[in-house]
Order: sequence, then C-alpha cells, then structure tokens
Amino acid sequence: MYTSLSSRRLFIKQMAKAAAITAAAGMFPGIIFAGEQERAAAAQGDLEWKKGPCRFCGVGCGILVGIKDGKAVAVKGDPRSKVNKGLLCVKGYHQTMCIQSKDRLTHALVKKNGTYVKTPLDEALDLVASKMKETIEKHGKDSVAMYTSGQSTIPEGYVASKLMKGAIGTNNLDCNARLCMASAVAGFLTTFGADEPMGCYEDIEHADYFITWGNNMAEMHPVLFSRMLEQKQRRGAKIVDFATRTTRSSTASDRSILFEPQTDLAVANAICYEIIENGWMNKSFVEKHCNFTKGLTNIGYGLEDKFAFKDKATPIDFEAYREFLQDYTPEKVAKYSKVSVQDIKYLAAIYGDPNKKVVSYWCMGMNQHTRGTWMNNLVYNIHLLTGKISQPGNGPFSLTGQPSACGTAREVGTFTHKLPKGVVTNEKHRRLAAKIWKVPYERIPAKPTYHTTEMFRAVDRGDIKFIWTQVTNPLVSLPKTSRYRPALEKESCFVVVSDVFPTPTSDVADVILPASWHIEKSGIYGNSERRTQHWDQMIEGPGETTPDAWMTIEVAKRMGFGDLFPYSRENHVEEIYEEYIQFHEGKKHGMAPLKALKRKSGVIWPYVEGKSTLWRFNAEYDPACDNGKAFHFYGKPDGKAVIWQRPFEPAPEKPDAEYPFWLNTGRVVEHWHTGSMTRRIPVLHQAMPNAYIELHPDDAMDYGISNGDMVKVISKRGACTMPASINERGLPTKGQVFAPFFDEELMINDVTLDAFCPISKEPDFKKCAVKIEKV
Amino acid sequence: MPIKSYLAHPCEGKKDALIASLSSIAQCELLPAENEDVVIVITDTSTEEEDQQLKSRLDNLEALKLLVLVSGFDTPKNP
Repeated sequence: MYTSLSSRRLFIKQMAKAAAITAAAGMFPGIIFAGEQERAAAAQGDLEWKKGPCRFCGVGCGILVGIKDGKAVAVKGDPRSKVNKGLLCVKGYHQTMCIQSKDRLTHALVKKNGTYVKTPLDEALDLVASKMKETIEKHGKDSVAMYTSGQSTIPEGYVASKLMKGAIGTNNLDCNARLCMASAVAGFLTTFGADEPMGCYEDIEHADYFITWGNNMAEMHPVLFSRMLEQKQRRGAKIVDFATRTTRSSTASDRSILFEPQTDLAVANAICYEIIENGWMNKSFVEKHCNFTKGLTNIGYGLEDKFAFKDKATPIDFEAYREFLQDYTPEKVAKYSKVSVQDIKYLAAIYGDPNKKVVSYWCMGMNQHTRGTWMNNLVYNIHLLTGKISQPGNGPFSLTGQPSACGTAREVGTFTHKLPKGVVTNEKHRRLAAKIWKVPYERIPAKPTYHTTEMFRAVDRGDIKFIWTQVTNPLVSLPKTSRYRPALEKESCFVVVSDVFPTPTSDVADVILPASWHIEKSGIYGNSERRTQHWDQMIEGPGETTPDAWMTIEVAKRMGFGDLFPYSRENHVEEIYEEYIQFHEGKKHGMAPLKALKRKSGVIWPYVEGKSTLWRFNAEYDPACDNGKAFHFYGKPDGKAVIWQRPFEPAPEKPDAEYPFWLNTGRVVEHWHTGSMTRRIPVLHQAMPNAYIELHPDDAMDYGISNGDMVKVISKRGACTMPASINERGLPTKGQVFAPFFDEELMINDVTLDAFCPISKEPDFKKCAVKIEKV
Repeated sequence: MPIKSYLAHPCEGKKDALIASLSSIAQCELLPAENEDVVIVITDTSTEEEDQQLKSRLDNLEALKLLVLVSGFDTPKNP
C-alpha cells in the first residue's frame, strides 16, 4: 500500500516524540506533558516492536526494534529496561542500518586457487569439519583452535566450549575478551575469588562521587554517563575523571586529574597510604572481612613467545602492608606521576570520607595494562580499606566493552583456562563439566594452553594448523598486527572465519562462513552488571546466513560428535541455555529461567527465588551470604576478601630519545570496535570517516604539524600514517599521542606492542613508545 | 532525512530561556514538561549534514546544560 512521504514523516515524528516521552517518564516519575502523552502513544501505528539488548557495548541497553513487513525499520530505547530507561546512544539507535549493507556476507565462500568461490553452506561446513578432523588426526588435538568473542551469544560460546573442551579435548579456545576484560577477571578472582562486579547500575542513583579511572565513559558508555550526569544535575553528585588524556568525559566532569601513563599503580597506593595514615580506614570492616597478601614482583611483560608466569600469594599482616605503603607518600608519588600532592590528597579524602558514597568505574585504561590485574587489585584495596563496597552507591565497578563479555566469555567461560563453572585446573570443575556434557572426565585437559596473544604466536610458529574465528576481527584488534597478519596468511594454518561482513581477517580465510546478525537469530547476552538478557529472532537473515551456534553444532555433528549436540535448529538457543544453567545452580550464581528472561528486559544473577541480587556479598541483599556477618566474600574459602600488596613497576617500553612519545589507543563514540559494522552505517561513517592521530598543540607546533596534516607514527614494530587532530575530540598530554583503532585502512595496531599482564594475559594497548614524522 | 528526539535539560533557572532559544530554531519542535526541568526536542532535518549542523547549534545554546539523545529515525528518500 502506498504511503506518502509527508504522512510517513509525520508518523515517524510522532514515534520519536513517544519515545522521548517514555524515556522522560522513566527518568522523572510523574512527569506531565499534558495531552501530548495520549496523542503520542496513540501514534505507535502498525509497527511491531520487539525487545532485545543492544548489539554493541557492554552496558546492555534495552532496545525496541520496530518491524514492518519483515524488515527492521526503527530502533528506540526500551523504557522498561532498567539499564537505559529509554535512552540510547548514537550507535544504538542506528544499529540495524548495517544489515542491508551491499557487501553483506550472504553465502559461504571457499578459497580455490586463490579466488573465493560461492559455495553451498552444507558443502563449506563439510570442508571445515573434514579439515579440522584431518588436522587433529595428523598433528594432534592441540593443533586446532577456536577464537571467539565477547559478542558471541551465551549459546554460541557454550557450544564452542563444549566442542573444543568436551568433544575434541583441547583447551585451545580463547576469545577477544582476553583483549578487554581478562585483567578485570583476574582482579576479581584474586581479590574476591568470584568474578564480576558486586554492584549494579542502580549504584548511580545512590553515589555521591563517581571516580572514573582511565575511562572515557562519555564516549564508551554514553548511556551510563548520561545517567551519571543526570544525578550530577539533579542532586549534585560529583564526577572526577582520572585519566592520561583530556576527553569529553573530562570536560563534563567536576574535576579532571591527569596522570603519567602507568603511574596509576603508584597513585592508587598513595590513596591507600593517605586513607591509613589519616585514620580513615574502616578498621572494623577490614578486621572482619579482609586478609593482607603480597604477590611476586618484577613479573615480566610477556614479550617473548611461550612466556610463562605463576603468581605466588604470601600472607602478610597489616603492619607489613602499612610499611610497604611508605614508598607511596603523596610527595614521593607526585614526583613521577605528574599528579599533584593536592590532587592525590583530594582523591584520598573522597574515598576516606565516611559520609560520602563512592563508585569507581573503569574499563580499558586499567585492564589493558601490563599490570592490569594489579591495578584492579589496587582499586579494590581502596574500597576494602574504607569498607565502601557491596552497598548501594558504594563499590568498585569494572565496565565491560562488549555486549556479552560477561555473559559469554566470563560466565560460559570461553577462555583457555575456563569452564562454564570454574577452571580447567580444578578437578571438581572438570568433573561437573564432564557430567553435564556427558563426556569422559579424562577428556577435558587439566592445563590451559594458549591465551589470545600466545594463540596467534602459535599460528605464526606453525604450532596451530587450523583456527576458526567467530564474531571477531583479530587482524584489526590484536596488538602488533604487523606480526599476526603475515602469520595468518601462512599456508601452514587453515583459517575459517565466521562473520557478517568482510573484514581484514576474512581476507586471509580459507573458508568464510556467513553469520546471522544479532536480530536475525535468537540469543542471550550478559552485560556488565550481571544482567542476562534474551531476545527472539526478529527478522530473517539474507541468503544462507546462519547463527554461529548452529554452524558450530553442524561441524560437531560432521566430526562425529552428534550425540553430544542433540539440539534442534528451531529451539537450539533455549535447549542450550537450559543445559548451560545447570552449571550455575545455587544461590551464588543461579541463572534466571528462560521464561523470566522472556518476560523481562533482563534480570541480574544470582537469581534466587524469583529475585535479582543487586549487591553481592552483602547479607542484606545477597541470600548466598551465610556466615552470620554483615558481609560475606564467599568466593574465598575463609569468606574474606584480599587486600593485595602490589607495587608500581614501569611499563616495558617508555618514551626515549629515539621514540619520544607515548602511544595510547582506544575507541570513539561513533564506532564499535574495529568498525566492521558501524563503518557500514552511513551516518556513523560520515560522522567519523577515518582514524586520526591526536597530538598536544605544543608538540604539533614543535613538529610544524597542523590539523589534517599527514603524520607517520612509527614504533619498533611498524608504522601508520594518519591525519593529525589537534584540539578536536580529545587532548593528549604533552609527549603523548592517541589514535583510535576502528579504521582498518589506518592500522594503528601495526604499531602497538604485544606486551601483556603476566597474570591476566591481557595486552596493553595504551602504552608503547613511538616517534612521529610529518609526511 | 533524519528525525530525532532529545531530552534537553536547562541550566538551573533557565528553562524559559532554553525554550525561547529552541523556539527560534525552525527544525525543532518542542514539548516542555509541565512539572519538571526538561524539554523534549524533536528535530527534523533534510540531510545528515544539516542534522549535524543543527546538533552543533543546539550544543552551543547558553541555557542548555545537557542534551540527551533518545531516538532517531531516518526516513527513506523514496517511500
């Protein structure tokens, strides 16, 4: 039926108005817009709105997708979602516009004589299964690998883990969450013995202060930042931005404090020093609920192949810890952190004030760090020393970058060392997995194999001869791609890439599998605040596009593991989830039944007796606390959290006479990760068409560089030439440059260093030394 | 042909000034809340470029404290 453009625009305007009214109603209960509310609500028209989580970041905003004639025609924030309360960011509401991109992968492609040939999917899956099987027969089970994603759904991650660890019997499974969240995981496990934040986004409504640690939330988590700004405006909550670069978050904050890269370790210790020496420590809390421990020092940086490290925990007492902190007086730390004594004391006083509620937020700045686990431990130290934890408005909160980094990578466990519950090194955990998967216990290896960086090094060495990547684009996102691109191009490794669009990674594949996009399949994600969110398939995908979970199952069947994967194509998401949640039964991690997920816009685990647990480890809110005290850190055998003695250690590569600049890399609000989706959304691509190199104006002047001039950024590993950006989006400190990594045509990761945290194995994308040349 | 909706939060005591400023912009339709300091703004522009120019103009309004995007729709050029 014909619809005139003018009436269609009027209709859409009404919808936009209705969305705004519902969002406002979520933020201001009882808000009145007079008669407009009724008129706008009536204008919803003939669109069918289907709920789901956003495809992009780890915030996990609820979206409503408007479907008409089988097509997604509109997106709006879900006002019922407690995450975003109807708000969305620029990526969120444009997300479905990439689906119809002309270069969408709609059929399998198999490389034959150097050319990609369109191939029936069944035939391509036959080839993948036979190659995988043949490689195992010839070179052993540890010669094959899967590399998945924090964007994989829970069922996708689960069947990948079951195939690799349960069916084949190798721990050669890792995921791109290693690049973003592994330090947070290691931090939680070492301090609390249990992964993921104890609080939730509702903390935003309670906190007096938000301290952001190396975290540009205004661009990376804009909806949460909007919620923080709302609290700033409504009740005077304060935001303090502690970072190495001035960003949109800094300018919107009450105070911006800049530090020299890597010295966050020292500043965190200085804050602890101040808390103790000023008598601000919550002695009762610390005595009842904390132990003091030290780990090894001078632990290396993982720069060499086959690097191995195991930390050793040694108990210490409070006095030893206090003595250790004498090296971190504000006066001493100010000398090398470039943070003034006054600012260190200011930060400490916020945490130390018993009448102020404080939430610390961080993401990649603390995690992508060669001492990332230590940095996570140190921020926990601050909250533990003051007892500001596990209470509304008080707590440390590591934000995730990807929509299911928590749900899939961490909870399902798509890391080499993980199982859906626990770790491969733990016999009890292996036995549970073997029981639920119905495989012999002996089949699940007890030793982790390759974390991400080492996995691609193994490809380069020829140790891995088959690799299958899903929902990720490592040849743009890995550090030091200048090594790993040629590695994946080698004939010695058969490369399978499942994706929605062509990428630099699919360019080197032997087989490309056409994956379904987000709303073309049903799925389940888990966001930063332990919220599990389900969605039903909303539209049909083009051609032979197929959910990754189902392609994994089909390959497993072809390899002779059909009895372990008895799922139906129509209901595999539900069937897999029902199997998966057996791993987490109990009060400490119970997952919501599927019917609850379908009914609500997500629920938070532990889900106990029909209720989300909003603050873990606090007996007032968490039914799993059973030690009879106010707090119970039940992840540790003695119920106590650990205050870790972790020193400052320098970065592996620092600016020097030849390479005088720090290079920091990151993201921009317009683009999701490597840009494979958002660069195909015209409005986002036009808003941010290419990467750039940010310089401090003084440095630009010294080199005679003006805005837009081409600048070559050179490290010991590679070079990248990109336009200069001065006083635009962000402002690096003098002696530092910044580049976003979304642009596959301007590959800044050819320049970065593949050093990593020896405990978490997460690479540091934020610090290496470079020189610049005006081209 | 973008249509977007925003929640505009005025600086303290400047709701009326914000409404006056927004009212003078042709591409904006306003819906002020009766009992809260917030104004719904619906923008209707012909091109992405015009949309971005408008956004910059809104961001620079003196009485505006915070502009939060709620939803956006891009109508096809050919229905």
